[in-house]
Amino acid sequence: MKEIKIVTKDLNLYYGNKQALKNITLNIPDKRVTAFIGPSGCGKSTFLRVLNRMNDLIDNVKIEGEVSVDGVNIYDKNIDVVNLRKNIGMVFQKSNLFPKTIYENIVYGPKINGINDKKTLNEIVERTCVQSAIWDEVKDRLNENALSLSGGQQQRLCIARALAVEPEIILMDEPASALDPISTAKIEELIHDLKQKYTIVIVTHNMQQAARVSDMTAFFYLGELIEFDRTTKIFTNPSKKQTEDYVTGRFG
Amino acid sequence: MNEQEQEFYSRSTDSKYGKKIHKFTRTKESLIKLFFTLNGVAALIFIILIFIFLFKEGFRALEHIGLLDFLYSSRTAADGTTKTIFEWYPTSDDPRFSLVPLILGTLMTAIPATIISTIFGVAAGIYLSEVANPKWKEFLKPLIELFAGIPTVVIGFIMLVIGASFFNDLLHPDNRLNAFVASIGLSFVIIPVIASLTEDALHSIPNDLRMASYGLGATKWQTISKVILPAAFSGVSASIILGFGRAIGETMIVLMAAGNAANITSNIFLSVRTMTATIAAEMGEVSQGSDHYYSLFFIGIVLFTITFILNLIAEIIINKMRKKNTF
Amino acid sequence: MLALHKKKRDFVGTISIWIVRIMFFSLVLALLLLLGKIVAQGIGTISFEFIFDDPKNNMTEGGIWPAIFGTIAVTFIMILLAVPLGVCSAIYLNEYAKDSFFTRIIRTSINNLAGIPSIVFGLFGLGFFILFIGRGMDEVLETGLLFGQPALIWASATLAVLVLPIVIVSTLEALNSVPKSHRDASYGLGATKWQTIKNVVLPQARPGILTGTILAISRGAGETAPILFLGAAFFLPNLPVTDLCIGDYCIPMINPAKQFMYLAYHIFILATQSSNPTKTLPIQYGSTLVLIVLTFLLNITAIIFRYRFRKSLGRL
Repeated sequence: MKEIKIVTKDLNLYYGNKQALKNITLNIPDKRVTAFIGPSGCGKSTFLRVLNRMNDLIDNVKIEGEVSVDGVNIYDKNIDVVNLRKNIGMVFQKSNLFPKTIYENIVYGPKINGINDKKTLNEIVERTCVQSAIWDEVKDRLNENALSLSGGQQQRLCIARALAVEPEIILMDEPASALDPISTAKIEELIHDLKQKYTIVIVTHNMQQAARVSDMTAFFYLGELIEFDRTTKIFTNPSKKQTEDYVTGRFG
Repeated sequence: MNEQEQEFYSRSTDSKYGKKIHKFTRTKESLIKLFFTLNGVAALIFIILIFIFLFKEGFRALEHIGLLDFLYSSRTAADGTTKTIFEWYPTSDDPRFSLVPLILGTLMTAIPATIISTIFGVAAGIYLSEVANPKWKEFLKPLIELFAGIPTVVIGFIMLVIGASFFNDLLHPDNRLNAFVASIGLSFVIIPVIASLTEDALHSIPNDLRMASYGLGATKWQTISKVILPAAFSGVSASIILGFGRAIGETMIVLMAAGNAANITSNIFLSVRTMTATIAAEMGEVSQGSDHYYSLFFIGIVLFTITFILNLIAEIIINKMRKKNTF
Repeated sequence: MLALHKKKRDFVGTISIWIVRIMFFSLVLALLLLLGKIVAQGIGTISFEFIFDDPKNNMTEGGIWPAIFGTIAVTFIMILLAVPLGVCSAIYLNEYAKDSFFTRIIRTSINNLAGIPSIVFGLFGLGFFILFIGRGMDEVLETGLLFGQPALIWASATLAVLVLPIVIVSTLEALNSVPKSHRDASYGLGATKWQTIKNVVLPQARPGILTGTILAISRGAGETAPILFLGAAFFLPNLPVTDLCIGDYCIPMINPAKQFMYLAYHIFILATQSSNPTKTLPIQYGSTLVLIVLTFLLNITAIIFRYRFRKSLGRL
């Protein structure tokens, strides 16, 4: 097995008095795709947002337990959340490009990190667009409004924007759920290419997608981690009955 | 701890996840937050100050004038009988501070204005939301809002130079400037308020309700009168309450068109004097620190309290309506 | 048997809808008549001299320049005071403050403040700005009676408090309309709170904030009641301007300690208290037309801004 990138131990999360995650313990491997699956409301998206502390932005959230990245507990009180998020990219369910040009969207991250050199920024734009397989489609229209792109293009541009801050980990929250099959295929292909360099964690409600793109799969149900194993094992020979019922479509 | 985990935790020494952003950036962030917090606090302080200074000055009126004196004064006539008089006559040697004629004067202008404005304002709201062609509405609603932007002194001026003569010739009122003329003037200000808020309330009714009604074979008017209006009832009544509040608080129109004689009357064609007009007309001449001066602030308290309560009621109704309409 | 060919008749309904329609258009007609009358009576008076001359002959002749200048000066200072404070406190309320009982109280008070009669703000201005702050400054600085009397700055400050709720409410609405997903995207890229506000939230909220500002100017310029006893004057031969000199180089500056003429107040005075209201009628109509044009231009600009703003939101 590869090196571990992220470790969570006995993680509990509460919204007010309601417990949304119960005792989650799992190790996410480096430079692999890990998928979180489970019925809606099972806590998979909440757990994803624990990993870059996006839940901090919501009032009334309480978190207990350990989440460590590269050996560092990111919930330690000395941790700088802003720095943390710079190193962990995130792609959201619905494209959330800023109403700015394509170019400005990509250089937003580098710019707030203090990179202002025009040549460097141009290089970043080209590199990230090539990486996210959208360069050919946007290279002649970098100064157009990003919202003029199609839904699939917008989502790939969101990935390019996330890559521009040079993270090691990319979190994806159902990145293809709002897309048509062709765009979805392109995103999946892209995820496959990106895992050479990045650790990817993807939340999906689409089991075929999890089976296609991921190396490891975690099945969540009612805030608990039911089973975590290699994707092939989860989909062919799960050890828990609940997992089997879910992946075979008997409930969900 | 197994070998793999040991390796994982050993990475922590040079991990970039433990690093901090530049100290300068962090200090800057906290300073900026402090700056905005101070602004928020300053705005809050002004709100509290309005309250404090109005009440501080107004309650000093009670040092010399009793609370009951603001209602009526009892005077003993030469023949020994005691008379209860309701008069606002603060500058006399024997000053009388009854607010009754001023409150009645305010109601004599505000109530007719609210009735007129409700009829026309609700009709205009219905027209804009339910009857008008959506394309026209884009243009007509701003037109009504433009109405609301006319400075009230302009309305007062028009009522003074045109309205008064027009109604004088038409109705031969007792006084040329009277409560009726003022309430027509007030309607110009209140109608846009009611129309605009009524339109909002009707517009927020989900379209499903209209479709359901039409689907059962109802006509347009049946849908409006039996489905839409009842569903939007709370919103429409909130708009009327807000309009009434505006009518009570409006100054320039009543100052210029109501005639300013403190009559106690139910005759709408007589001159009346409102609370707002009294403050406006007398505050300029009053000597600071006198009973008269403080009693004008006391009128301010009365106005503040009435409008505050009306606004609060309207807000509660609107909030309830919002909750009900979000599914 | 189904009678599909039969037309359903609803006489009452048809008549009712026609009544609603007629009422609406009679309103529009009344508005147009009112405006038409002002334009027809006032247009003859308007000339270059009318706008830019001083009143003459006990205000029965001449122009209205001091009143126009005073209106501009007062609203200008009002905006300087109200807009930064209003926008910043709205940013605090929407971006920094946690949703609590306390912030809900502030929001409710601000909403309610917008409905408090403007004359009450005048009382506040007199009690707080002139008598408390002004007199207090006079005592501390030992300036005699300099600040503790009606003056341009106190009128501006009072109008600033009056329009503060307008600025705050429209800024809150504008900030609120920026989608949460855009903030998430920015935070996800490692932006700090202020970087997110500055680069993502404010650029999108700007047209909405601008709309509120313009509406505030229009409201301030049209108000009369609160400034009646805060420094508006019948007639002043001089503009509230003093030369500010650095060495030999002098520039004329608005002097906030002086009294001023005000367009809306000027109309009120001419119509109710002038020595010869009939003779000054053309000047009254002329002044009214100028005030109407001023406020309408501001309001129309605000309406267009808001229309575009809402449309651009619909597109997102």
